[in-house]
Amino acid sequence: MKQEYTITVYTENHIGLLNRIAIMFSRRKINIESLNTSPSEIEGIHRFTILINETEEVVRKISRQIEKQVDVLKVYYNTNDEIIWQELALYKVPTDEITEKVKVERLLREFGARAVVIRKDYTIFEATGQREETDKLITVLSEFGLIEFVRSGRVAIIKSSKGFHDKLKEFELTIPSEEAIENELIGPQTEIFIV
Amino acid sequence: MTHPITFDKTNITPTDTTPKTISGSQAVLEAMIAENVDTIFGYPGGAIMPIYDALYDYNDRLKHVLVRHEQGASHAAQGYARVSGRTGVVFATSGPGATNLITGLADAMIDSTPMVCITGQVFAHLLGTDAFQETDVINITTPVTKWNYQVTDANEIPSVLAKAFYIANSGRPGPVLIDITKNAQIQQFNYLGYQSCTHIRSYRPKPIIRKEYIQEAADLINAAERPFVIFGQGVILGKAEQEFKNFIEKGGLPAAWTILGLSALATDHELNVGMLGMHGNYGPNVLTNQCDVLIAVGMRFDDRVTGRLDKYAKQAKVVHLDIDPAEIDKNVKTTVAVWGDCKETLPLLTEALQEKQHTAWLNLFKEHQQKEEEIVIYNELHPTTEELSMGEVINVLNELTNGDAIIVTDVGQHQMVTCRYAKFKQSKSNVTSGGLGTMGFALPAAIGAKFGAPDRTVVSVIGDGGFQMTIQELGTIMQTKLNVKILILNNRFLGMVRQWQELFNEKRYSFVDIESPDFVMVAKGYGISGKSIEQRSELREALAEMLNHDGPYLLEVFTGKENNVFPMVPQGCSVSEIRLK
Repeated sequence: MKQEYTITVYTENHIGLLNRIAIMFSRRKINIESLNTSPSEIEGIHRFTILINETEEVVRKISRQIEKQVDVLKVYYNTNDEIIWQELALYKVPTDEITEKVKVERLLREFGARAVVIRKDYTIFEATGQREETDKLITVLSEFGLIEFVRSGRVAIIKSSKGFHDKLKEFELTIPSEEAIENELIGPQTEIFIV
Repeated sequence: MTHPITFDKTNITPTDTTPKTISGSQAVLEAMIAENVDTIFGYPGGAIMPIYDALYDYNDRLKHVLVRHEQGASHAAQGYARVSGRTGVVFATSGPGATNLITGLADAMIDSTPMVCITGQVFAHLLGTDAFQETDVINITTPVTKWNYQVTDANEIPSVLAKAFYIANSGRPGPVLIDITKNAQIQQFNYLGYQSCTHIRSYRPKPIIRKEYIQEAADLINAAERPFVIFGQGVILGKAEQEFKNFIEKGGLPAAWTILGLSALATDHELNVGMLGMHGNYGPNVLTNQCDVLIAVGMRFDDRVTGRLDKYAKQAKVVHLDIDPAEIDKNVKTTVAVWGDCKETLPLLTEALQEKQHTAWLNLFKEHQQKEEEIVIYNELHPTTEELSMGEVINVLNELTNGDAIIVTDVGQHQMVTCRYAKFKQSKSNVTSGGLGTMGFALPAAIGAKFGAPDRTVVSVIGDGGFQMTIQELGTIMQTKLNVKILILNNRFLGMVRQWQELFNEKRYSFVDIESPDFVMVAKGYGISGKSIEQRSELREALAEMLNHDGPYLLEVFTGKENNVFPMVPQGCSVSEIRLK
């Protein structure tokens, strides 16, 4: 049964790695719904957040393949309830609609949208939130003449994670300590992290 | 066993502490020497000229083999790596030189062969301008390499090459490509000596073995009544042939091989029950669906071996020993996964095993062998037809080589027949293109194999189709006077496709009747002795002449035009549905 999975990939900051990871999805005809790259809490370590809609088996297999790549440190995959996530959206509306129709103003306050820029002919709003919220705002605003819309990729933090610092120290050792090995291959994946 | 925990971030002592100024090209060659490379297969060109110029002074330390096509260089490096266990090295120029390597890289990638390819590239300031012989090599080869990198500054060369060799050889081996721009090759820099790479923090080639899983696997095997071991190239790559033999002998476990695992266990070993796969032996295929514990060692459950996955060993508990964690549970669900280097996991597993014999179960394999012998094997090895069969040629070859030769096969019917009937006594004796099935593989691979194992007899068995794909490498044999034996099994067809067209497409032979030149005359043009035979009475003498000839020799044997290879598991069928005719 397909559902949304967020794949978090910790990597070295090397050029060309984005391509290496992206082709692994296209090879298996998996659509990347969103992809975000960002620095992580550790200098020199990058973090990819990839959103796909697939079955658990497909996600598990592709995560293992991604982890095999030389510049990839670790890969985690989570369903929506295991993460805290946000997406950002920008909406461009005609300014006269905003000034004339009080309803629009109330709507925007309801969604926690804030005005980024106000010009004579257009206003740009920004809204952050879950997919349904930002989507709903589009349908609402298009009634009043939505000129342009764009949504960012998903950024997510895994609820039970402890950051990557300790894991990195482990990887820098030539011989990892005994308890540090987690073998997700065997048994059900009950806990997300075993440090 | 405790180890002091050290942070291996800084390099310790360089090999040669006197700082000197050398060019990037010289640094490349110094790296080759430091990594114990002795043979390079390559073809020069504009963008790699500085390296070749430096190579001119290294003639005493590095041997370079000039091939006739870069694809030949890549396959030669593969053949070299397969028989010696060392890294194959390829030099090629930019543009078409690099793109000609793709087939070889894809083959090495899917068959896990350690290989380092150095390609020249245009000057860094010309990148992206469609310059002469410029291609985006890095992006083209990304899916077919384990790792690749473009060097634009000579200072990076020693560390990048160290990393390349480390990655190519560790964990599950694979090909690595390093693209060096011409300015980096020419650039003079401060060389501080070569330090080999032993650790990359984002790359874990070998895990620490979890003892609980070894015990769990051993318990399963000890309780099994019909245990069956299937093994592949992992045993050879891990250099674990002796450990594997100890393992199966202690448990009395019958073992069958994939074509890349062939020769890891001597073919006449009592517990060696035959070949797996689409054209494998009857017993191993059928009894896979009757065993109660299936133990896979260093094999990846390729679709040619498993047939229909939903009808493959569903009744068995599966134990999978593999070094690559992504392979475990990829195709077949495992009960106990023993993730690790089989050289380390096998002895631990053997220790926990009880000494046993499974005579009745082993006899079941022998019974199936007998049935296959009657229906298929005897007729193939002792045909009564006028035309020669491929099997009988291989049979006589076995007798003359005594199972000691290295046999390199191309792709097709002859490959399946050779893998089925060839006899091997020692490991690293079978070189073939398994995962990718590259036609044209054998001739250059045999060249590489002879360089990798100069003291052993190397016989390449090639079909009339595959031979024409890389026929230009006869030039390499001519120039190096290499003592490689070429045995062409000519059935005047693209045999394997023709067989499928006969069995599944109502004999609609669409473009499979291929015409070949007079191979003996072509060989003669290359200064290579040869002969062509068609009669059974000539066979033994001709093969003996080929093997005893002092120098390269081409023997063309005409075989039955429409012979089929059996047994066969048709595509989409289960291994139990293997056809004997």
